Amino acid sequence: MTPPLPDGIERHDFDGTTSIATRGHPEYGEATDGEFRRWDPGRSKLGAMLALGMDTGLETDQKTLYLGAAAGTTVSHVADFGGPTYAVEFAPRPVRELLEVADHRENLFPLLKDARKPETYAHVVEPVDAVVQDVATRGQARVAALNRRFLDDDGRLLAAVKARSEDVTADPEDVFADVVAELQESYEVLETEQLDPYHEDHLGVVARPLE
Amino acid sequence: MTNDATDAGWFRGLDSGDLHAARDAIENGSADAPVDWPTQAVDAGFADDEDDYYSLLHDATVNAAREAVRKRERADDQQLKHSIRAMADCERTANELAERVAEWGGSRYGEGGSGVGYARRIAEGEVGGGDRALRGMAERVVAVSEEADDLRAYVERTAPAVAPNLSALAGPVLAARLISLAGGLDSLAKKPSGTVQVLGAEDALFAHLRGGAPSPKHGIIFTHEYVSGTRREDRGSAARALAGKLTIAARIDHYSGDRRPGLERELDERIERIRSRGGEGE
Repeated sequence: MTPPLPDGIERHDFDGTTSIATRGHPEYGEATDGEFRRWDPGRSKLGAMLALGMDTGLETDQKTLYLGAAAGTTVSHVADFGGPTYAVEFAPRPVRELLEVADHRENLFPLLKDARKPETYAHVVEPVDAVVQDVATRGQARVAALNRRFLDDDGRLLAAVKARSEDVTADPEDVFADVVAELQESYEVLETEQLDPYHEDHLGVVARPLE
Repeated sequence: MTNDATDAGWFRGLDSGDLHAARDAIENGSADAPVDWPTQAVDAGFADDEDDYYSLLHDATVNAAREAVRKRERADDQQLKHSIRAMADCERTANELAERVAEWGGSRYGEGGSGVGYARRIAEGEVGGGDRALRGMAERVVAVSEEADDLRAYVERTAPAVAPNLSALAGPVLAARLISLAGGLDSLAKKPSGTVQVLGAEDALFAHLRGGAPSPKHGIIFTHEYVSGTRREDRGSAARALAGKLTIAARIDHYSGDRRPGLERELDERIERIRSRGGEGE
């Protein structure tokens, strides 16, 4: 089964293993072949969503707000095929590495900001086509609701919900149900899929903002 | 969209090349909602066109994030410094008060023990019982000791984030002690290895410098197993080797922040050689 991929993301053969890939400067020791670099679904939740064939609606040259960019593993690929890419991360240590990723990408804008306080970066970030969310904190649905203001009406929220961030003791299925229910207050949830085997206890969510 | 200063784009009132002012605007500005900033910036004459805007935005955000990271990490090492000092104060105070409780309790109920463990037994009513004044005192001892444990847990959590390489080599608590003795990670990173070797042994060092006393071989790094666990005649060499690697680790942590696992292996090999050479001098 090979579901279609957005433009700018391709399937490429790396020493006998076919994987999704983008073209750009290598950043985290990923396999490369010429200008192609492997997008490792085991290291990237958005990569896992794509590899599992979820309909992300991603397009080349689109504008993206990335919440929880960490060291920039995933956001480096997003900036490879996308347009202006705003990367929000709250922890100083990974931002050091994110800065190196940004050094190779003119369209990547790193912001050391708290995704729970969108008013502290709305004076920099413009309205976008996609919000990618990968924040390992409690209240992931709330973060998505707060950042809905950045999404164009026909934009997409692509979220990786981490069950253990909400409640380490609860059954992940229950956590996912709660998070999705809360998301539905501000988004129409289009698709959900567990990110096994790439990421345990993570739910991939594709949603679009409610009117 | 309003044109209030609070809702203005980050570029408002800035000169295109002024990275310093841009950093301040990105870090401290705010807006309720996003606007088509690129168009606004071009209309306002801040940028020539959209490409020019994105190029200015890239330079401004990279610079602002780099400075903000530096500032936040500096603040973190100061937090660590205070928490390790508070932990030491709590441990010392708990022990001192525990001695008082032991002396007091011994006079009432006969010799029963010493230290925080004894105070805990009194606080929990296993020893004594009726004496509320003594028991109240013992409860304070236990509380202060628990505070020390909480602070230790905080140090163990925080030190690896502030100084990953130093914490990996020294352990989080010794790493925090070194940072605290130096006054911060930046001052530790600027100290020569010979100074790091005797940090915490200032009294012995000055006695030596005044003349007469032997030079100290080690300061606080004596608590590291690689020094205390090495036989006496080789401890000076072990301390010098350890201090050398700790100094390098502190510099990497301060100036780059990358993890370098190779450092631990090099130190392990070095200490292995010192311990296996059988006593002859270096």
